[in-house]
Amino acid sequence: MTRIDRRQVLKTGAAFAGGSALGFPAIGRAQANVIKIGHLTPLTGFLGALGAYAQLGLKMAEEEINKAGGVLGRPLEVMSEDSVNPATASTKAQRMLEQNGATVLLGEINSASAKTIMQVAARNKRLFMSIGARSDVLRGKDCNRYTFHVDIPVTVMVNAAGQALLREGLVKGKRIFSITSDYLFGHDLAKAAKNFYAANGGTQVGDELVATDATDFSPYLLKVRQAKPDLVSTNLGGNQVTNFVKQYAEFGLPFPIAGFNLNTADAWAAGEGNLSGIWPTVWHHDLDIPASKTFVADFTKKYGKPPENHAWIEYVTLKIMAQAMAETKSTDTDTLIAYFEKEPQFDLLKARKGYFRSWDHQLMQEAYPFTVKPKGQAKDQWDFLKLGAAVPAADQPLEVLAPTKEQSECKM
Amino acid sequence: MQLMFLLEQVVNGLVLGGYYLLIALGLSLIFSVGGVVNLAHGAFYALGAYISLEIGKRLGFVSAVALSPVVVGMLGVLFERFLLRRFYTADPILSLLVTFGLAMVAEQVIRIVWGAAPLPASIPQELKGAIIIGDFLFSRYRLTLLAIVIVVLAAIWLLLHKTSFGSVVRAGIQRPDMVAALGIRLQPYMTTIVALGVGTAALGGALFAPITIVHPAMGAEIITAAFVVVVIGGLGSFWGVVLAAILVGVVRGVTIHFLPPAGEASMYVLMILVLLLRPRGLLGERIEKFE
Repeated sequence: MTRIDRRQVLKTGAAFAGGSALGFPAIGRAQANVIKIGHLTPLTGFLGALGAYAQLGLKMAEEEINKAGGVLGRPLEVMSEDSVNPATASTKAQRMLEQNGATVLLGEINSASAKTIMQVAARNKRLFMSIGARSDVLRGKDCNRYTFHVDIPVTVMVNAAGQALLREGLVKGKRIFSITSDYLFGHDLAKAAKNFYAANGGTQVGDELVATDATDFSPYLLKVRQAKPDLVSTNLGGNQVTNFVKQYAEFGLPFPIAGFNLNTADAWAAGEGNLSGIWPTVWHHDLDIPASKTFVADFTKKYGKPPENHAWIEYVTLKIMAQAMAETKSTDTDTLIAYFEKEPQFDLLKARKGYFRSWDHQLMQEAYPFTVKPKGQAKDQWDFLKLGAAVPAADQPLEVLAPTKEQSECKM
Repeated sequence: MQLMFLLEQVVNGLVLGGYYLLIALGLSLIFSVGGVVNLAHGAFYALGAYISLEIGKRLGFVSAVALSPVVVGMLGVLFERFLLRRFYTADPILSLLVTFGLAMVAEQVIRIVWGAAPLPASIPQELKGAIIIGDFLFSRYRLTLLAIVIVVLAAIWLLLHKTSFGSVVRAGIQRPDMVAALGIRLQPYMTTIVALGVGTAALGGALFAPITIVHPAMGAEIITAAFVVVVIGGLGSFWGVVLAAILVGVVRGVTIHFLPPAGEASMYVLMILVLLLRPRGLLGERIEKFE
C-alpha cells in the first residue's frame, strides 16, 4: 500500500465537507423571440423543499401562459436555478441579466438572498419580483424602486396569528418564551413579535437564537421547560419549524405553542399528531374560493399532490407579470414599474383582489390564521390544517395589518 | 437551581452524543481501514431514513429500524466492490472527489424517487412523551435510542476486539503489508467494514427520521458534524470517536445554556482547540501508513 498523507486527506476532506455550495448554471436555449425570465429559488438547504414547490407552481403558470399564446405573441421562457446562498444568488442574478438575456427576475424565499438580488436589480435597473421572502426590512429600510414584494411581510404574519392568539387569551398578562431563527428573517420576525407582545400586555421571558443548520432542539426544549412559560412562540424558518414541532411533541412539553411562520410543506412534513398551536399562512389549498379550487385541482392532476403556498404564490406572480406585460404592451422596466405603481387590482385566487402599494411595492392581500384539526378529522395526509377566517375581515381595508407609511423606513 | 439546569444540559448532551456517534463511527472505521474519507457517508444516513419509512409503512417501526441498515449495508457492499475499492491506494483527492460526487448523485436520486418535499414521520405511540427522573426530563424515545446505540457499540467493539475477524481488521489498520505477507487478503474484510460502517449510518437515519425532518439534503447536513467528531476523536481510535461524540453533545448543550447563538459553532471551536493541542485527535493512534 502506498503511503497516504493524512494531513492532506483531512485538509481536502474539510474543504469538501464545508464547500458544498456549488452551483450549476442552466443552459439557456437560444431563441430570438422569447421573453426570458430569470428565476432563482433555494432548492437545497433548509428552504429547499419550499423552493421545489415554488418551481412547480411557476412551471405550471408558464405552461398555461404559453399554451394560451404567450405574452404579446411571444412565448415565455423561465430559466430556473438554485439560488444556494445570498452570495451565489447575487452572482447568478447578475449573470441571468447580463449573459442569459433575462428581461425580469423573480423568485426567492430566503430573505437574505432576496436582499442581494434586490441590489443586483437596482444596479442593473431591472425589475425583480421578490416572491416568497418575508422580512420586513426588504420592503422597509432596504426597499428599492426596482423590487416588488408578493408574499406577506412578517408584520402581517405576526398580526394574522396574533389576532387569533389574543382571542384565545394567550397573550395578555402571559409569560412568553420565544425561539428565533438566527438569520435576517428570524431576527425580523422576532422584532415584530416582540412589538406585538409588548403592545398587547405579554411578557417575553426568553428569546433564544437557533442557527439555521441546527437539527437538534433538545437543549432549547430543556430551557423552555426550565422557564415554565405560558406560551412558546417560534420565529423559525423553513425546515427548522418541522424539526422543532417534531421534537416538541417528542418531549411532550405541556405549554401551548404558536408561531409566526409555518409553510404548509413544513407542516405536512411534521407527521400526524406532532403539530399543534396557532400559525399564520398566506394561502392554503382548501380555501373555499372557486378559482382557488380550480388551481388546486389542475395542480393536483398535474403533479399528483396538492400545491403548497409557495407553489400558489409563484403561480399567481407569473400570471400577474404576464398581465402587466400584456396590458402595458411592454417589457420595459420603467413602464412596468409605472403600471404597478398605479395600483391595479390582481386576482390572487382569494376572496378579495390584491394590489401593490405604490410607496413600498408590497402586495396587499388577505392572510389567514390556522390551527390543527383534532385527531381523526383529517381526510388525508395533506388535510390536517384548519384554516381560520381571512384577515383583515371583509369590511376592513387590506392595509390594516401591514406597517403604515409612518412606521415604515422605506424611502424610494 | 442554575447548577441543576446546567447538569440537565450535560446529561442531555450525553444522550445527544449517541446520535453523533452513530453517524461518526462508520466514517471513522472506513477511514481507519481503507484510508478513504467517505464523503458519501451522509447519503447512506439519508437512504437509511428513507428506506426505513418505506419499510415502516408496510411492516411497522421495529422492522424498519432493523431492516433499513441491512438494506443499506448491502448497498454498501456494492459501493465498496465497484467503487471504493479502486481508490484505496490512489491519490486521496480521487476518493474524495468520487465519494463527494456520489453523495450528490444519491441526493438527486432521493429527490427523483421520493420528491423534494420532506416526508412525514412520527415516533410510534408507545415511545412518545417524556420520563422525569429526579429533576431531569428525558424523552422516552431518546432513551430507547441511547440503549440501541450502546448495544450496537458493544457489538462492534466485541467484533473488533474479541473475534479473529477483528484481529485481522486491527492488524490491517496498523500493518497492511504484514497482513498481506501472512497470506491474508484484506479485501473481504474491507467490504464487511464498509457495509458495517454505512449500515450504522443508516441505523442513525432510521432512528432519527421520527424526530428530525426527512428530506433529500439530510445527508449533506450531517456529514460535516460526523467529520468533526472523527477529527476530534482521533483517527483509528474506537474510543476516541465515542469520547468525541459525547464531548460534542455536551459542549453543544452547555454552549446553548450560556450562549444559544453559538450552539452550532461550538463543535468547530472544540475541533480547533483539540487540533491545536493534540493534532492527532484526543485518542488518535500513530498509524504507520498515514505518517
